[in-house]
Amino acid sequence: MPAADGTVADGAGRPEPNHGLRIFLLWLPVALVADLLIWFVWGPHLPPGAMSTSAATQQSAIKIMSVMAAPVMALVLVYGAYALVVWRHREGDDEDGPPIHGNTRVSVTWIGVTSVIVLSLAVFGTVELAGPAGAGAGEGNTPIWRPSGGTPLQVQVIGQQWRWTYRYPQFGGFETTSLMLPVGENVQFNITSLDVIHSFWAYQLGVKADANPDINNVAYTKPEHTGQVQVRCAELCGLWHADMTTVGQVVSLSAFNAWTATARTQLAALTKELPPYTLTYDPNAVAQLGKVFQKAGLSGAGGGFYGSQYPVQP
Amino acid sequence: MSLAARVTTLIVAVLAVVGGVIFVVAHYLLGGPPTVDFAAATSGQVNVTMQTDASSDPATVPDHPTWVSYFIKSPASGSWVHTTLFQVPAHTRVNVTILGYDGSTPVRNQVWGQVSGTTGGVADYGGKPVKTVNGWNGPYLIQHTFAIPSLNLSVPVEAGPATCTTGPCTNNQHSTTTFSFMTPAQPGAYRWQCFVPCGLSYLDGNGGPMQTFGYMTGNMQVVS
Repeated sequence: MPAADGTVADGAGRPEPNHGLRIFLLWLPVALVADLLIWFVWGPHLPPGAMSTSAATQQSAIKIMSVMAAPVMALVLVYGAYALVVWRHREGDDEDGPPIHGNTRVSVTWIGVTSVIVLSLAVFGTVELAGPAGAGAGEGNTPIWRPSGGTPLQVQVIGQQWRWTYRYPQFGGFETTSLMLPVGENVQFNITSLDVIHSFWAYQLGVKADANPDINNVAYTKPEHTGQVQVRCAELCGLWHADMTTVGQVVSLSAFNAWTATARTQLAALTKELPPYTLTYDPNAVAQLGKVFQKAGLSGAGGGFYGSQYPVQP
Repeated sequence: MSLAARVTTLIVAVLAVVGGVIFVVAHYLLGGPPTVDFAAATSGQVNVTMQTDASSDPATVPDHPTWVSYFIKSPASGSWVHTTLFQVPAHTRVNVTILGYDGSTPVRNQVWGQVSGTTGGVADYGGKPVKTVNGWNGPYLIQHTFAIPSLNLSVPVEAGPATCTTGPCTNNQHSTTTFSFMTPAQPGAYRWQCFVPCGLSYLDGNGGPMQTFGYMTGNMQVVS
C-alpha cells in the first residue's frame, strides 16, 4: 500500500526494492551474452552460409536482425522469470497488489524503444533488399541493382515439370541439365518457366527467385568459394515437385572454361535444334512448332497448345 | 442445442475425421497401379517392353480411358498391364522396347529431343540409331519421352504411324523405340516421367495423365 510519503511498502511494511533496476541488471548480461553468442558463435553458421556475395549478405542481415531481436526476447524472458520468482504468491499473503493506473514514463519508453527498433529494422531491410542482399531473390526483368564490373556471366534457368535446365547464351547458347559456375565471377541468372510457376532455389548461393512462364526474372550472385550447390524448386509445382532437384558446381574459372568448351562441342547437334536464345519462350510463338503440327496433321493438339474447343480443366 | 444433439454432432464429426484418415491411408497403401516385376535377371540383363497409347479401352482402364497412357508387358504372363511401376535388379542392364501407338506431340523444350543416359548414348528407331531428334521439324517425330532424371536418362519415343485409341493395342501399326541402360547399384525408387506435355484437355498439357501413376509417370523400383 502507498504510504503517506508516497513510497510503496510490501505486506510486511518493508519498502519495495527498485524492481526496474534489478530487472535491468539481470537483463543486461543476458542480452550481452546472447548477442555475443549470436554474432561470433552462431552467426557464421546461419543460413544460407557465405558461399556467394548474396548468401553472405543475407547471412549478415539475419545476424543483424537476430542481434537486434535477442535483447527484446531476453527482456521478456527475464521479466517473466523475475515475476515468477519475486511476485509469486506467498503463504499468508492475501493482500491485493497496489492499484496501477498507468506509468507514463514506462509507456513512453516502451513505445519509443520498440518503435525505433521496428522502424530501423524496416529501413535496414528495405535498403538490404534494394542492394546485393536482395539481388538473389530476383528483381523481375528490370533489376534496380546490378553488380559493377562489366557484363556478368549469363545463365538462363528454365523450369519445367519437373526438371531444371540451364542455357549459356555467351557460349553458343547450349542447353544442359548441369549447372556449372565459375568462382569469383558475377553471375546473372535469367529465370523463366515453360509451364507452371516454379522457384529456382540455389541454397548455398543465396538465390531463390520465382520462375514464371513468359517472364524473365533476373537474380544476381557472385560465388566466392568452390563447392556444391543444392538446387531445389521452392514453389509447389505438381506431383514431382519435391524431386525437382539438381546439384550444381562452383569451380575455378579455368575448369569452368574447360567445361563450357567441352559442353559446347558435345551439345553442338542439340544446340542447332534449339530455338534462338530469348529471355522467355512462348511455345505458341516458336515458329518451328507450326511445321510439326502441319506434318503431323494436328490442329493445335499437342505440346500443350490445345485449341479453345478443349476445356482448361475438365 | 441440447446436450444429446451436441454429443451426437461431436461423435459424427469424430467419425468423419477418423473415417477420412482411414480412407486416405488405405487408398495410399492399397490403391494405385500394380508393380510389374522384372527382378529375375537373365545373364545380368532384363528386357522391359512397354507401349504408349493415345487412349485406352474403357474395360481395361475404367478410370481415365481418354488419357494418354503407358502399358508394361508382364514377363510372367505376357499380358499388358496398365501401370507405370516396375521393378528391376540393381546394377543390371535393362533393354527397353517401347511400342508407340500414339501420334506426334512436339516437345515443349527441344532439349528433350536428345538421347542421354543410354548405353552408347543412342536409341534405335526401328533399328536406326538416333542421338538427337528434332521433335519439331523431323525427320523423326516424337510422341512422348521416357526419362529418369536422377540417372540423367532421357529418350524421345518415336511417334507411331497411326493412333491407337483402344490400348493396350496389339496391331502392327506402331513405332519401335529401343534402348538400354544400366540400373544403379543403389536400391530405391527412381521416378520416371514423360517430358512432353501430353495431358490433352488439361491446361498447357500439364496435369491429368502427366501427374498420375499408371499413365505418363511412375517409379522404377531398383532392388538388390
